[in-house]
Amino acid sequence: MNEILNLLTGLAVGLNLLALGTSRLRLLIRAVAAQGVLLGLLPLLLEHGAMDWQLVFITIATVAGKGFIIPTLLHRAMRTANIARELEPFIGYISSLLLGAAATIAAVVIAQHLPLFPEHVGSLLVPGAIALILTGFILLIGRTKAISQVCGYLILENGIYLFGLLLIHATPMLVEFGILLDVTVGIFIIGIIVDRIQRAFDSLDTRKLTALHE
Amino acid sequence: MEALDILARLLVWLVLAPLLPGIINKVKAWVACRQGPPVLQLYFDLARLWRKGVVMSTLASPGFLIAPAVAWVAVVAAAMLMPLGRAGCIFSFDGDVLLLVYLLALARFSTAWGAMETGSAFEGMGAAREVSFAVLAEIGIITAILTLALESGSISLASMFTPPPGPGAALLAVGLFIILLAENCRVPFDDPNTHLELTMIHEVMVLDHSGPPFALILHGAAVKMMLFSALLVQAVLPLAHMPLGLSLAAMAGGIVLVVVAVGLVESLTARLAFRRVPLLLTIGFLFCLFPLLLTWMEGVL
Repeated sequence: MNEILNLLTGLAVGLNLLALGTSRLRLLIRAVAAQGVLLGLLPLLLEHGAMDWQLVFITIATVAGKGFIIPTLLHRAMRTANIARELEPFIGYISSLLLGAAATIAAVVIAQHLPLFPEHVGSLLVPGAIALILTGFILLIGRTKAISQVCGYLILENGIYLFGLLLIHATPMLVEFGILLDVTVGIFIIGIIVDRIQRAFDSLDTRKLTALHE
Repeated sequence: MEALDILARLLVWLVLAPLLPGIINKVKAWVACRQGPPVLQLYFDLARLWRKGVVMSTLASPGFLIAPAVAWVAVVAAAMLMPLGRAGCIFSFDGDVLLLVYLLALARFSTAWGAMETGSAFEGMGAAREVSFAVLAEIGIITAILTLALESGSISLASMFTPPPGPGAALLAVGLFIILLAENCRVPFDDPNTHLELTMIHEVMVLDHSGPPFALILHGAAVKMMLFSALLVQAVLPLAHMPLGLSLAAMAGGIVLVVVAVGLVESLTARLAFRRVPLLLTIGFLFCLFPLLLTWMEGVL
């Protein structure tokens, strides 16, 4: 069971690098969606086969929210804004890939020095979570288009969610649902803002937001 | 007996290597529904070039003739260090992986040297391109070799190929395949067919060579292809633990599979835009870096 868990977490970390290395927004959104689905499946594995309806429900809600609803909203925002590529990132693709790899290595090193429960020592959950959070930061800092930044925010959220899985027995389901709802509403609002930015500035470049307009 | 054994193993490398470009061309022809040149075409080409004379630029020094020979000897010496499954390698000592890396670098240096000897700015440009991309590809090879050394606890090529099955081996295979394409100047890094100035890297460097030196360059490229395919196959399959016959069969099958994959990549994808090449090489490097991280994690835990 632990092997499959590690494999899924490893795949999620791999999708990080795909998100960092691509200039196509469509691919970026797909990578984030796939990461959401992979991480959404993890609670089922963590429970070692003890299926209760709450757990199944939360899995379905997470997969549907992160894998389908949020990406659909983002795709729509991308279409209305009529952009397909991130052209001039602050941090180039090669540098952000190397930074992402360095972040992943740092995450592994940090996780080995954390005082964890013995049952979490062998798993990739903690390093994966830290790597996801750091990658989210890199995307947020390094990209200029609002949609890429939203994707960075989503990866950051995925990392926090992965960290939250360590406490799966202690967190009430209501909290999980609250977070998921917040994220969905957040993306919804960002979708509207993206549209507004596009109309006001004829571009999604967030650098232009710092310049004064009459 | 010892000398005969060495000679026989060396002949396997020298005689079988020119088959690989033939197979690649056959695969490309097959995908394009053409008949294509025969698989043995490179042997005919080599024989033809060997009988021809050499045309030398008035600017060139004897280095123009020496450089391809040095490059060929370096590549063949590197091949002598590479084991072929259970059959083992021709020479082996502790730390020969470092020699392998340096021999490949020496071969590249000599090819670039030969290109500069012509005094043509065009060839100088090709040499500059080749060397700048090689920097990135070399990091990948060294990382991959470090991974294998850490997995097996050995720094000799003869005993370092003991890959444990798992995600690490799969990642390493992808990374080494990308580096194989770059090192052997195949699509998507370089197009071996064109002679357009914008798209050439390796082909530019050898444009002015002719006759026997050019035959050496072509043969050296084929041996290098076989060397990298053998490295890739052994980095993934634990051939050293199989019985001799099976190991050799798996080795041959693996190499043919790699070469067919190269042919398919070549027919199905286009050459990358020049500025995107470093990105793909970085991705290849990362594919080699993550198995290293996995191995290191297993060692620490």
